[in-house]
Amino acid sequence: MKYDAQVEINLKKGMLNPEASTIQRALALLNYQVEDTSTIEIIKFTLEAEDSDVAHDEVVEMCERLLCNPVIHDYQIQINPAGD
Amino acid sequence: MKVGIIRFPGSNCDRDVFHALELAGGQPDYVWWNQRDLSQFDAIVIPGGFSYGDYLRAGSIAAITPVIEGIKDIVKDEKPVLGICNGAQILAEVGLVPGVFTLNEKAQFICEWVELEVKTTRTPFTRMYHKKEVIKMPIAHAEGRYYTEYIDQLHDQDQIVLAFEGENPNGSMEAITGVCDQEGLVCAIMPHPERASEYILGSDDGLKFFKGIINY
Repeated sequence: MKYDAQVEINLKKGMLNPEASTIQRALALLNYQVEDTSTIEIIKFTLEAEDSDVAHDEVVEMCERLLCNPVIHDYQIQINPAGD
Repeated sequence: MKVGIIRFPGSNCDRDVFHALELAGGQPDYVWWNQRDLSQFDAIVIPGGFSYGDYLRAGSIAAITPVIEGIKDIVKDEKPVLGICNGAQILAEVGLVPGVFTLNEKAQFICEWVELEVKTTRTPFTRMYHKKEVIKMPIAHAEGRYYTEYIDQLHDQDQIVLAFEGENPNGSMEAITGVCDQEGLVCAIMPHPERASEYILGSDDGLKFFKGIINY
């Protein structure tokens, strides 16, 4: 079965996010005062698997082996039947 | 002393490293990213550049190429491995050295000469310096900020190799910009010793990084 996978990658709590700080400062230049700015990376793809648990486990492996760096990242995975 | 210089798509400091290794008295040769067997070499250098465009995270894709298994065998054979800049990022992504080199504090690419303190002389690469010696080398990176959860271990096991002296340009933890593994044979540094290997470049402080391997 085909599944749509979505991986959300966050920096761990407490990790400096220079990109987010820069965005916040840039918004301030446009006179928008915002707080607690953070950025999230989303990676999406479709994969073939027997069932959604198998799909989920495979995506966990992908996160551990490549998509994330466990020293600085946390991640969330969403699996849905393809085309939903 | 045969030294293999690993080339990935996007590596661009390979020829400068080749030249520095020749100056140091070595016999360098290039190795393509899909070569699995590196046993012909006595040491390996992973040069700087933008392997795979720094996509996903700098060094993350190079870290899963076939040549990395060859490098792990080199490490098992207790031969020295030096990662410079992108090479350092790759070694950290593979986990051959602890920690990460991530986005600079001010989210900018920094390209400048810096002063560095040599923190340990127990590695082949730093054995020709004095401990606490201050040397000059250029840095050129956007993802050079060092971070580790194991900072106590780094101190206890003498795994800090280089630190910024004076100003910390990228926000690295404790100004660390070069680390090694517990054996001291795998070394990952952000500054470029090959760009400080001849007086005409502005400093030849970096040449001893390569001379240290050659006579190891």
